[in-house]
Amino acid sequence: MTTVGAAGILLGKELRLEFRSRELLSATIIFALVVVVLFSFAFDPTAAESRRYGPGLLWIAFLFAGSLMLNPSFSREQTNETLDALRMAPISPFAILLGKMLANFIFMSVAELVLVPVFAVLYNISIVGIVWRLVLVLSLGTTGLVVTGTVFSAVSAQARMRELLLPLLLLPILTPLLIAAVESTASLFQEQPSLDRTRVAFLAGFDIVFLTASWLLCDYLLED
Amino acid sequence: MKGRLAYTGITAALVFFAGYAALFLAPDEATMHAVQRIFYFHVGSWNAMFCALFVVFCANVAYLLTRKQKYDALGVSGVEVAVMCCTIGLVTGPLWAKPVWGIYWTWDARLTSTFILWLLYIAYLLLRGLLEDPEKKASLSAIFGIFAFLDVPMVYLSNRLWRTQHPQPVILGGAGSGMAPMIAKVLVLCIVAMFFLMVLVFIDRYRLEQLRNECEELRFEIESRSAQVQSLPPSAAQRMSS
Amino acid sequence: MPANANSAGFPSSASPLGISFQNVEKRFGALAALRGISLQIEPGEFVALLGHNGAGKTTLLRIAALLMNPSRGSVGFISAAKDGHRDGAAHGPECKPKHAIGMVAHSTLLYDELTAAENLSLFAKLYGLGEIADRVAGALRDCGLESRAGSLVRTFSRGMRQRLAIARALLHDPSILLLDEPAAGLDRQGLVWFSAKLAALKQAGCTIVMSTHARNESLELATRAVALATGSVKQDSGTAGDPRPLLASLRAEA
Repeated sequence: MTTVGAAGILLGKELRLEFRSRELLSATIIFALVVVVLFSFAFDPTAAESRRYGPGLLWIAFLFAGSLMLNPSFSREQTNETLDALRMAPISPFAILLGKMLANFIFMSVAELVLVPVFAVLYNISIVGIVWRLVLVLSLGTTGLVVTGTVFSAVSAQARMRELLLPLLLLPILTPLLIAAVESTASLFQEQPSLDRTRVAFLAGFDIVFLTASWLLCDYLLED
Repeated sequence: MKGRLAYTGITAALVFFAGYAALFLAPDEATMHAVQRIFYFHVGSWNAMFCALFVVFCANVAYLLTRKQKYDALGVSGVEVAVMCCTIGLVTGPLWAKPVWGIYWTWDARLTSTFILWLLYIAYLLLRGLLEDPEKKASLSAIFGIFAFLDVPMVYLSNRLWRTQHPQPVILGGAGSGMAPMIAKVLVLCIVAMFFLMVLVFIDRYRLEQLRNECEELRFEIESRSAQVQSLPPSAAQRMSS
Repeated sequence: MPANANSAGFPSSASPLGISFQNVEKRFGALAALRGISLQIEPGEFVALLGHNGAGKTTLLRIAALLMNPSRGSVGFISAAKDGHRDGAAHGPECKPKHAIGMVAHSTLLYDELTAAENLSLFAKLYGLGEIADRVAGALRDCGLESRAGSLVRTFSRGMRQRLAIARALLHDPSILLLDEPAAGLDRQGLVWFSAKLAALKQAGCTIVMSTHARNESLELATRAVALATGSVKQDSGTAGDPRPLLASLRAEA
């Protein structure tokens, strides 16, 4: 059983569990929407201000919603100790981690697919000419969020106060990702949209570094 | 013991002399005058902090590879010392900034990055506080420590690349650019003194952690010996105690 | 049906395996769960692991299941060829025959929000088994849950969940079966089924380690009794010995 094969099987399991209840996904989307709407109540931005602060707001909404969504990733496995069952199976620990990362990536992407058009409508930002570049930036940013978030979900599931601990661990680590993603998105929302190679490279670099670190450390992460 | 006493003596002398030099020997700076003297300690604490963090990273990796408790002790000691240095830096900065720039804080690259660093390593300490089993505490905080250290260069890089549109107050005129020789010498002395001080506190904290672990081990030994005695038949137990 | 086939009709391809504990210690902070346990379980033995709560039975089983590493010491696996001769070499600690180990734990190890069939299919896939649909159907038929194959485990009674948990552990024809108080929660019908299954497995040469602190019919099948107390082996009837005196004396205490 290859790692990728096992990860695929576990991905199927995660998707099946989620689409049966759909509670996590809907809660994530609603929460992100609430953040977006709250911003407009708190700041009452003009059109120019929306354009200026929009990208930051979008990514903050994703990060907050993501930190909440990533928690159940591993804490769900604690009912009936199903994580033990997975660890006993003849699959590598990284397969377990990878399966969850892929599932979380899909969930976040679905949430983003709903949120970005809504956001564009609420803040009068046209995304017509920049769709594919925006998708690239969103994917790279989401990958970073999901990779570190899944690892920290495994960490915080074993600690007390895990709902509070996960954002506490995750958000400081993600600040470089946030900066790069916001800058990239901002340059795409401008009159003359452009996509800087440095920013994309940075995001990709961030993802690669932390994915590699997860792969190297996964044995220690999941052992009892 | 002798070595430690000697080291403490050297450190005390260095710190005393550095303090004296910073306050009295160094010439008064042209524009900022007396308040500028904070920078001697400000810069020193950053340098000490980064050295401590590097040691923490090595200790974290060593723990995961060898599972020896001493590396965990080294890790937590280093983080506490680094957080202390960082706090000193973050506090002395605004104290200096207010009279000089008129504001306590600005979100420029360096300050923002360092603040995030402080948050990262406070999170490390909080994580340890929320884990009970000692082995879990050690391995999970080692994992987080490694992630945090990998993040540090990225934090600084991202801030440097993309936070330059904010006004950049000139901190020292760039450290080392056109500094009077005397100021440079005192600066180096203070950096060295802060480094020695950091190492002293680090070692002390490490020894404290080791002593705590030793106590736990002794308690464990006593408890397991008494359990052994209890499980023996009465005659054997009597023979053991006489 | 061949002698070492499971009741679904699939031949058991696993060769018998035994477990060797060498000076295994396990500490949780200040708590010593296991103190220097050295135990050799030969392939094909049926060991009843006895002891009060807190004696270390669950910890020992979890270490055997490769879920936990000992603080000190090691656990290895002894293999025997199909014709019953030992190959003489105990496999080292690096050997992790996860495909050959099945465990029934305190928790059910099942996903409540998946159906019984989905749970079994998932684990069948993870263990790399073939002919999954047939195998799963056969296992559900065997444990009497065929009619509830499409129901979520969340809707099952305690007894049904335990039966499914046992079915899950046996799905991949393990050579080593680790049972942590497996009779808990089983109803009358389930107990009968379970005893029959154990007898069949013992016949097929499976190594079974069952921890229990209450009397239970399956203990009749045991070939050896090991009693733990405060993390050490207090009594052991041995591979060649008679477990019944030990079982009887402990039953009286319980």
